Amino acid sequence: MLTIKVLGSGCANCKRLEQIARQVVSDMSIEAEVLKVTEYPDIMKYNVMSTPGLVINEKLVSSGRIPSAAEVNTWLSAALRTA
Amino acid sequence: MTTLSNPTPTQTQKQTFLRTSLALILWLIAYNVVQPLADWFSYSALRLGRDTRIGESIAFFLYDVPKILLLLSGMVFLISLVRTFFSPERTRALLGGKREGVGNIFAALLGVVTPFCSCSAVPLFIGFVESGIPLGVTFSFLIAAPTINEVAIILLFGLFGWKVAGLYILSGLTIAMIAGYIVGKLRMERYVEDFVWQIKGSGEVLEETLTWNDRIERAWYSVKEIVGKVWFYVVIGIAVGAGIHGYVPEDALASILGEKVWWSVPVAVLIGIPLYSNAAGIVPIIGTLIEKGASVGTSLAFMMSVIGLSLPEALILKRVLKLPLLVTFFAVIALAIIITGYFFNIIL
Repeated sequence: MLTIKVLGSGCANCKRLEQIARQVVSDMSIEAEVLKVTEYPDIMKYNVMSTPGLVINEKLVSSGRIPSAAEVNTWLSAALRTA
Repeated sequence: MTTLSNPTPTQTQKQTFLRTSLALILWLIAYNVVQPLADWFSYSALRLGRDTRIGESIAFFLYDVPKILLLLSGMVFLISLVRTFFSPERTRALLGGKREGVGNIFAALLGVVTPFCSCSAVPLFIGFVESGIPLGVTFSFLIAAPTINEVAIILLFGLFGWKVAGLYILSGLTIAMIAGYIVGKLRMERYVEDFVWQIKGSGEVLEETLTWNDRIERAWYSVKEIVGKVWFYVVIGIAVGAGIHGYVPEDALASILGEKVWWSVPVAVLIGIPLYSNAAGIVPIIGTLIEKGASVGTSLAFMMSVIGLSLPEALILKRVLKLPLLVTFFAVIALAIIITGYFFNIIL
């Protein structure tokens, strides 16, 4: 079971990243929960300075941009192997 | 696993390279045929007279729209490519340990090249302050980043040449340095929301190693993103500009927006504050104002005010700044814009 967090205060880019994450999870048919982190003190725990940020199993993998579905796929596969 | 069907890295690299070279060639061809095509269409195909108002307006529009859109795509690609070498994290590291003064200059300059979206203003602010960068230096960055807008630079360059574009960058930098420095001197740290001072990041920062292929892919993505978002405003802006170009007499605006009218700068800034537009829509209109007799300083001040002093941004920053600091921040920027406007009216 993977935990995916989308960091961002609710801007348009954050919503798109959340959609992509959910899409990839369902395409890969893996078990993962996608959570939104919208409060700044919580976002800042991951030391991001630009949103949206993407955290997989508590590890920050991207910030300040919307990664492609292929990239998210790669990160999730890697996280599955180490989990 | 789906990885088997994915192309291998070298294949993708080849594709990216081919696609980029092809785009470059098409771009060069297109850029060179825009003018003859626009003239041919307006004067030969539509049979409009060369010195009629409608002919002039239509030729102006048909030439400017494709030219500006091409310029925009090409330059956004290049700028985005350069920006992959900068990140807010790296900028923070570069600014660490800089004192006020030198720090304000560096922060303003880095504000131009660091990728920035106003929705990230808060995490950026917290990230800077938390790492010990002085408040005034942080503000210099936060003013420069949105105010010196890449789309505005490109449009000013495309429509009015490098001098106006250069003046715009220069005034943006000056405003960011001065306003940040003044806010720093006012010692308003206690008006930053208390939770900001309590935040401590994990200390670990995301480090990415990017290949050239990644950088090019990201630049392509920005072109799609930015041009897709602003093309409509560019077309409308140029259409309005083309209308004014053909129909409003030269010097029509000199009596209200000319440099001899002392109150024109503050009034332009005040009018600009509630107006919120992206750079794409405002630049073509500004250019036409200048052409019709508005002074450059006043016009640039108006544009800075529209782009740099926006209420949505104020609302975002309200999350971390208490009201006295927020109001001071905006008032100081407005003042700096007015001073810059007068300055350009005097020296030009």
